[in-house]
Formats: sequence, C-alpha cells, structure tokens
Amino acid sequence: MISVNGTPHDAEPRPGQCLRTYLREQGAVEVKKGCDAGDCGACSVLVDGTATHSCIYPAARAVGRDVTTVAGLGSPDRLHPVQQQFVDAAGFQCGFCTAGMIVTASTLRDVTADELPRVMKGNLCRCTGYRSIRDAIAGTVNTSRPAAGEAYGTSVAAPAAVGVVTGVERFALDEPTTGLRTPLLHVAVLGSPHAHARITAIDTTRAQALAGVELVLTHEDVPDVLFSTGRHENRLDDPDDTRILDPVVRFRGQRVAIVVAETVALAEEACRLLDVAYELLPAVFDPHEARRAGAPLVHGDKEPLTSRISDPGRNVVAQLHAEIGDVDAALEHAHARTSGTWQTARVTHASLETHGARAWLADDGSLVVRTSSQVPFLVRTELARILDLPVERVRVVVGRVGGGFGGKQELIVEDVVGLAALRTGRPVQYELTREDQFTIVPCRHPMTVSVDLGADADGTLTAMRVDVVTDTGAYGNHGPGVMFHGCHESVAVYRCANKRVDAEAVYTNNLPSGAFRGYGLGQVIFAIESAMDELARELGLDPIELRRRNVIVPGDPMIVAAVEETDLTYGSYGLDQCLDLVDDALASGRGEPAPDGWLVGSGSALAMIATIPPRGHHSNVRVSVDPTGTYTVDVGTAEFGNGTTTVHVQLVAQELGTTPDRVRVRQSDTATSGYDTGAYGSTGSVVAGRAVQVAAERLRAELLTLAARRLGVATGACTLGPDGVAGPGTSLAFDELVVESLSAEGSHDGTPRSIAFNVHGFRVAVDPATGEVRILSSVQAADAGVVINPEQLRGQIEGGVGQGIGSALYEEMVLRDGEVLTRTFRDYRVPQMADLPVTEVLFADTVDELGPRGAKSMSEAPYNPVAPALANAIRDATGVRPHELPMSRDRLWRLLNT
Amino acid sequence: MDLNRVTSLRAARARDDLRLAPGETVLAGGSWLFSEPQEISGLVDLTTMGWEPWTVHDRGLSVAATCTIAELMDVPAVWTASPLFRQCAEALLMSFKIWGTATVGGNLCLALPAGAMISLATALDAVVVIWRPDGTERRELVAELVLGVRHTTLQSGEVVRSLEIPIGSLRARTAFRRFSLAPLGRSSAIVIGRLDDDGRLTLTVTAATPRPYVFRFGSPPTDDELQNLFASVHGWYDDAHGAPDWRKAVTLELAYDVCEELRAS
Repeated sequence: MISVNGTPHDAEPRPGQCLRTYLREQGAVEVKKGCDAGDCGACSVLVDGTATHSCIYPAARAVGRDVTTVAGLGSPDRLHPVQQQFVDAAGFQCGFCTAGMIVTASTLRDVTADELPRVMKGNLCRCTGYRSIRDAIAGTVNTSRPAAGEAYGTSVAAPAAVGVVTGVERFALDEPTTGLRTPLLHVAVLGSPHAHARITAIDTTRAQALAGVELVLTHEDVPDVLFSTGRHENRLDDPDDTRILDPVVRFRGQRVAIVVAETVALAEEACRLLDVAYELLPAVFDPHEARRAGAPLVHGDKEPLTSRISDPGRNVVAQLHAEIGDVDAALEHAHARTSGTWQTARVTHASLETHGARAWLADDGSLVVRTSSQVPFLVRTELARILDLPVERVRVVVGRVGGGFGGKQELIVEDVVGLAALRTGRPVQYELTREDQFTIVPCRHPMTVSVDLGADADGTLTAMRVDVVTDTGAYGNHGPGVMFHGCHESVAVYRCANKRVDAEAVYTNNLPSGAFRGYGLGQVIFAIESAMDELARELGLDPIELRRRNVIVPGDPMIVAAVEETDLTYGSYGLDQCLDLVDDALASGRGEPAPDGWLVGSGSALAMIATIPPRGHHSNVRVSVDPTGTYTVDVGTAEFGNGTTTVHVQLVAQELGTTPDRVRVRQSDTATSGYDTGAYGSTGSVVAGRAVQVAAERLRAELLTLAARRLGVATGACTLGPDGVAGPGTSLAFDELVVESLSAEGSHDGTPRSIAFNVHGFRVAVDPATGEVRILSSVQAADAGVVINPEQLRGQIEGGVGQGIGSALYEEMVLRDGEVLTRTFRDYRVPQMADLPVTEVLFADTVDELGPRGAKSMSEAPYNPVAPALANAIRDATGVRPHELPMSRDRLWRLLNT
Repeated sequence: MDLNRVTSLRAARARDDLRLAPGETVLAGGSWLFSEPQEISGLVDLTTMGWEPWTVHDRGLSVAATCTIAELMDVPAVWTASPLFRQCAEALLMSFKIWGTATVGGNLCLALPAGAMISLATALDAVVVIWRPDGTERRELVAELVLGVRHTTLQSGEVVRSLEIPIGSLRARTAFRRFSLAPLGRSSAIVIGRLDDDGRLTLTVTAATPRPYVFRFGSPPTDDELQNLFASVHGWYDDAHGAPDWRKAVTLELAYDVCEELRAS
C-alpha cells in the first residue's frame, strides 16, 4: 500500500517501476516528467515529508510510505502558502516545472537569497530565467487585481495560475485514460543505428508474435506521402522530403519501424525482436563538405520541383544570392574594414514537456489527436493530407503546452498516433523521452556566418557582405524559413548602400535542425553585431554610437540586398530609445563589483524583428457573453507559457469594462474555435490578440445597441460595466440583455506588419586563468510598444535572456559522426538558477499603429541580441574576439592562453 | 525512469541473498540505476540489509555502502577534516533532494570521474571493504578500486560493504577546490590536499582525470614542482564537461590554491 495525498493505493508497483510512473498511473498526473533521469526536478514529491525526485525513486520502496504531490499540498480553493506565493509573484510561464518547484520550495526553511541557487539546483526552468521563481520563494508580490475595465497595462496574473500551482491544469498527456472505450495502446519506435543506410529487409515475425503487440509498421505499411515535419501557414514553405517511415534512413535514430502494444515495455521488447538488414550508404556530417562535388547526397533521389529542394545534387535545400550596389568596390574604397567568420552551436529547446500525443477515434469515426503543439490547425491540415482524410474528419486538441520555443511548430509524433489509431481502432499514445528530445527531435540550426564590413571615416557603413551556411540536418523542415529569416531583419536594420547576401541551407546526415526562438536571426545577428563591434574599434568610435549612425530610422526602406515590395512598415520605432537606455545603464556602473585580478569590459548588441511572420498569419476569434456576465473567448492559438491567454483576458476585460476573473479563454481546439495559424512568430498578441480586440469591440457595440434600444435612449448614453449596461437613471443586468449567449467574431490576417527592437548590454569580468565569465550587470531595453502586462513582459524578456545566456556560455549538443553524445540534461547545461544573473529590463515608450492597443509582440526577440552583447563585452574585457558559441570556459581559456 | 526489462526485485536481508542470478544487479539508492535505460532483468535491493549508515570508532569512521549522502552529512563534525564531507557532497551535480536517495557505495561503484564520494574517499586514503561471492572479503584503497571511467576492480558478484576512513586522515587538515563549466555544474576538476600531523601532504586529483590520481609529498610542493608533476599526468579527461587541455590548466590552478592554503595553515 502506498499512500498518495492521504489516499491509500493498493496497486502493486512493477519490479522496475519508478515512483513517477506509479503515481501517474494512479491518477496523480500533477507529477510531471521533464527528464525521467533525476536531473530536472519536475517530478519532485515528498516521500514521508522528504523532497524526492520520483523518477529515480524505486516505486516498490514507497510501499508503506506517505507520498505528497503538489496537489496534496493545497487545492484551488485552499492554496498552500508557497502555491499562493507562486501565483502572486507570477513565478512560472509554461508551468510544467512548477509542481516540482513548489514541492521543493515547500520544504525550505530559513534559506537566504544567496543560498537559494545551491538549494534549487535540482530544479530546472526553461521559461523564466528564475527571477520570478526567486521572487515567489521570497514572497514578493508582482501581480495585481485591476478594477473593472482597467486590466490593460496592469500585471494581471495568468488565468491558469491557480490551476498550474495546484497541478490541476492539464498538459498533453494528463487527461485520464479511464474514459476511453478501450484500453490505451502505447508506441515504441525502432531508431536507425546508422547515419545513412537503405533498409534492405525487415523481418517483423518475432515482434508480431509477442503477446500484447497489436501492430507493427514498416515503410511498406505506411502511406507513401512526402511531407515536412515543419509546419507553416503555407505548406509550400517547407520541402516535402519526409515520410512517416522511409526505406532510406538519413540520420541516427530516424524511425525504422513502429510498434504498438499494450504497454511501453512490450512495445520496446518487440522493437528488440525486429530483424533489420541495412545497406550502408556514405554519410556527410559537415555542411561545408556536403556542398562540395562528390559529397554523398542526402536527398539525391528527390525531384527538385515537387519536393521544393533548391539543388538536391549539391545538398542545398534553399539558397539566396543577392546584391545591391557594388560591395567589392565599396570594401576596396572603405576607410575602415573588418571581417570574420562566426560559428554557432547546436542547441536543444529543452522544453520541460517532451513531445507526446494521444489519438483515438470519436463516436462518428473521425480522428481526434491530443498533442503538445504550438500549431494545432496546421497539424490538422497536414495530418489529413498524410492520412488521406477530409480535414473535417480530423480534430486536433491542445491542452496547456509545457514549453515550445519553436520546437513544437513541428509534426513529430502526431502522424504515428494518428495512423496507429486508424489501423487499430483503439486509442494510442506516443510519448517521447528526454533522450529522444536530444537525439531525434529537431534542434536549433548551427550556422557558419562570415561578415565583411566597410565604413567611411565618419563611421557611415558603406559595405556589408554576409555569407551564411546553415546545417539543416537530414531533413529540411524550417530549413528555408530559418535561412531567409536569419538574413532578413539582421541585415535590414542597417542602412548601407552596398550589401550582398549569400546564404545556403545544407543537408547533412546529422539530426534535423528546425525552428528555434529567433528563427535564424540570433545566429546571424551574433556575427553581424560582433563585426559591428570590431568595426567601431577600427574606427575608434563607441560601438553604440556607430550603431546610432547606421541603423534605419522611420522613412528608410528596409533592404536586405534588393528593394522589395513588402508589408513591413514602421508601425512604431523605439530603437533610438533602446540604444540610449542601454548606453545609460552601462555608463552608470550599476552592478556587481569585479573580483580582483579579473579582466573587466562591457558590450552591447541590437536586434530588430518583424512583429509577425511574413506571408499570412490568420486568426478567427469569437467572444461571447452569457446572462451572468461571464465572457468566453474561443481562440485557436496555443498557450505554452507565452502569456497569450492573459493578454486576451486583459483585452476583453478592458474593452468590455469587466474584471479579468469574468473572462475565460477556450483555446487551441480545432473543434471549438475558428481557424488560427498558430503560436509562432510571437503572434499570440499581435494577430490573435488583434482578432480578440475586434471581436470584443463588436460585442461591446452589440451589447450597447441592445441596451439602448431596450431603454429607448441613444447608445452614447449607455455604459457597459461588469454587471450589465447602465443607461440614464436605470440599468440592465446581463440576464435582461442576453438569452443563453451573445457573441461576436473578429479576425486578423497578420498584415501589415510592424517592427520591434531589443538592445542588450553586459558588463562582465573574465578570469584569464580559467576562462570563467562573471556577469556583473545585464540590461535589456525592449521596444514592445504599449506594454500590455509589465510583469509578464518582463518575464518573457528575462526568459529570453536566460535562454540567450545558455546558448552563449553553456549549452552545446555534442555530435560525433552524427551521433548525439549529449543525451541527458546532466551532460547539457540548461541554465540553473545559479547560472543566470538578474537582468534589468527597460521599456521604450512607443505606441504601435498596428498592434492591439498599441502593443507589439515580444517573445522570441529578447533572445537575439544576448550572445553578441556578451561576446562584445568579453572582447572588451580580454582584447580577444570570440568567434564560436558557446563561449564556454574551456574555449575562452584556450582563446586567452594560446 | 521505468526499467522496463526488469522482471524481478528481491529485498536482500542476509549475505546469502546477495548471490546474483544471471541478469541481476545490486540496487542501492537507485538514483543512477533508474536514470538511464538498463539491460538488466533483476534487482536485488541492498538497502534492506539493515546496515548502520555509519559508525564512529577508535580507528576512524566506517560508512556502510548503503549510507545515503544525506546520512553522511549527519556524521558529527568532530574532526579537523570534517568540512570535507559537505564540500564533497556539494560538489555533486545532484541537489539535496537526491542526497536522500543516492548512496556512498553507489557513487564509488559507478566510478564516474566526477563522483565526489570517490574524491572524498581518495583524499582521506579510505579503504573499501568488498564482500566476495565465496563468503570472504577483500579490502582495497578507493584510489586503486577505480581504474577508469565506469571501470573498477570489482568482479562479478562482488558487493561493496563499507568504506573505512582512517582516524589519522580525519584528524588531518584539508583544503578543497573544485571547478566546472558552470558555477554549480558537474565537476570538471577537483583537487583536495590533506596535510597530516607529521607534515606530509597528500594531493588528490579527481574529475579532471578518468581515475583518481594521488600524489604524496614530504611537505607542501612549490608551484614548479606541481607543474612538473602534472606534466607527467597523461589522459586528462575529455567529455562534455570540459576539454582536456583546459582541465589540466584549471587543475594546476586549483592545486596552487590548495597548497597555498595548506602552507598557510
């Protein structure tokens, strides 16, 4: 017997079972799986009062003990003090790590702020950058409860806060299985041991014969449809180069066969019984080698036109070669020049929730897929195409998403569960492991970026040449998009008469690269902003001053390497303010003192980003009110910690004169809301939010009109409030205005688009003896237009900065011949609380013409200027220019000592 | 994570229970065993043997293999070397929550370079007591038990019973330094110095090398001596937690600091 939150459970644990899965099988789904290896702490519970990682605790050892989960600490109507503190501080974003954070924090007594990072080192958060978690543990209140009609611009808490802190909020795989008509089946996938091989034979006899195995699929059994795992509004953006199962495997770990069985253990056992014969093919792992004549071809079998691969004979999936002016001549005549080649690392998103999906057939035989995705509607469309179903026969449901960062703008597991559910007629679940997240799920594109800059004597930029090679891995999902976007705002932000861009996205036999926060910009900005810093040194100019002289200002065309027709406009402009804010902050000398004998320096970098992805991004929203005055927003975009839901609530509460607690949001279900392209490109506020705003305005007008007619007065004489409409001398409650429900719709198509800016500054100290970098001060200024929710925006920026510092100093996926060697969090340094400084966050004062109530998007962008700002500060401190990420202590030491 | 190939779990109550069937392995805390996929089919739980976590006696300190890191922290801090216990525990990448599960014996047997209980035991010249399957036992310095990464002298069926830390080491003065790629990351280099009553100095290097290195001196060495000594070390460890050339340089810096601290004491 194991007691879980006071309730005895008699189910006997399996011999090799860990406590985490035992608890979840008993319904305690508030216990999360982040790593399943003891590294992240998301599964923390109390065992007889002691905080324990349940994923590495043998379940059998818990027999006779009391287990307390976050749901046992408190409930939505009776929060534990620590749960209340996390609500009040806004101490979470996606909320997937929160249960473990709270359980751990609930055991702390008299821990000082200085000791906290050491005590909390067993709890990883990928979203927040930890400042808000420190605040929560310290009891700091960062949120407020605005009065009716005053929600906009205040720090309203996330509507899901109470659910998140009590473990009630459901993520992809948290729905009970008891309601299913037949028991859930589970998937295991056999991965390729080879980087490039042709499958010559698969004998499934032994696997099929295993009792409990329901289905074995090989490449001979699945639809022969080419698609891309990368999803965009326009499916033609990504090359069709992927099959559910392919007779050729192009990276280690690629699916060879799929087994569906009664348990995960049986499915895994069946995988070991598959007999596969391979014909090995030559492989290429370096994108530069891959472009040379005679290199092995990764997709040499594909047709360029139908698969949309630029040059399969050269492993090039996409390319851009363009010039405006005469760069060679301009460089030749430049007063000052600089050039260099920069390299970024392969980085994993490290969303605490892994990919996972469950599919089943509804009563009418249609397919339902519940998954962890940023793009439910795009998954639905492509799934229907792959499985040859009418779109209306597929429903995709997304619950709360445990972190995305671009990694869930993919179709990674949904095809498997969809096909398996159709073939078996039973509910099927496929849950990726953390190791899968490292080895088979797309990562950030590594890039090699060469930059040549020229300027005249007064510091006017006269020449810019950028050469980009991206390693898109074995499949081209997001390969073209990341490459084109990477070269866009990074280059366009500078006014320069002569520009040339050469960029190629290249196939290799490494795991696929995909979408990652910043979508290519961060890599190219790292190089360009490093080069700008060097150019300032050549010119003897302050680097921020050099930027002031050369950045575009309203009226300047935004040019990469040609004058193009575009819907990108200056909806607002705050780059000048951002540069000033960071300049002043660095000049103030604020921050920690440097240790004796260390080298000290400061540096900065800027980033521009379009507020919406190009070429269409749509949202169709309905806002309804019922006779109690409760509003419901039906919106298709997903919540993965970006805070979109809070924004939508604020927009509705503001427009309709009510309080946030009277607005609820139903989201990311293709059956209940209008079409939405999805949560990528930071569109939750500026596209879905605009649609919400339009719908709310229409509903307000509708309510006022109804009331005015009932009262026989002019609409202008009526006021909408939280309890109804007030007219001259009298008022009408909602139940006197609305029968059942009244609703209005709004939509937005993502055009025209505006631009947003971020400038980051660091002051650092570097120990030349060890390569250690200590951040003495960190400041980011953001031009986000009107700030919708100051605490939430600060959190998005801090989270982006934290992820940026991770990429800049710590994180690196290490590969050898296409084999990923870093397969666990303990071998891959996702920043802990100890690794991140507090960042001062400053806002430019601007009002955007295009965004909802003057706001701009601000989720991806804060990440982009961090690495170059840090590199520039290190250069300033040490006199040596870093060219490679991460600027880990060993790399930096070598740079300073050889 | 679930160990899906495991089909049996036996609780060991007596030494005879530790005879392992094919496919079986000994389970101590489980914090590592349950952290990676395993090919084993059976577990024999050592924690049910009921061993006292630790015993203080005239000759020093006996630590049972099943003593958790948390229990080790409860040993009274009565010796000059006592601070080293917590310094080594804090050097583990794992947080206090795993201290309650992970065991001293498990850390020794795992034989990872960053295994901080190996650092502790090596620095204190601790001896490991090993039960052999024939009913006899053998003893070995921890510095000799660990041969390389995940590689020890342990033979099939041998079980670590305890760690014996001699009183002389516990009464010595120690100095501890560690370094890693991130402030509280997995250790890339650990250097511990132990200055005995008679003025002799023992310097141990762990984490930076595949196996522990122990250097003994009549008195604290000079920086030049350390440089020459480290030049003779081959095979600095190379993994995701630091490049070998950097590890060597950092280890030398740590060693300078350790020797300086002990000279000053």
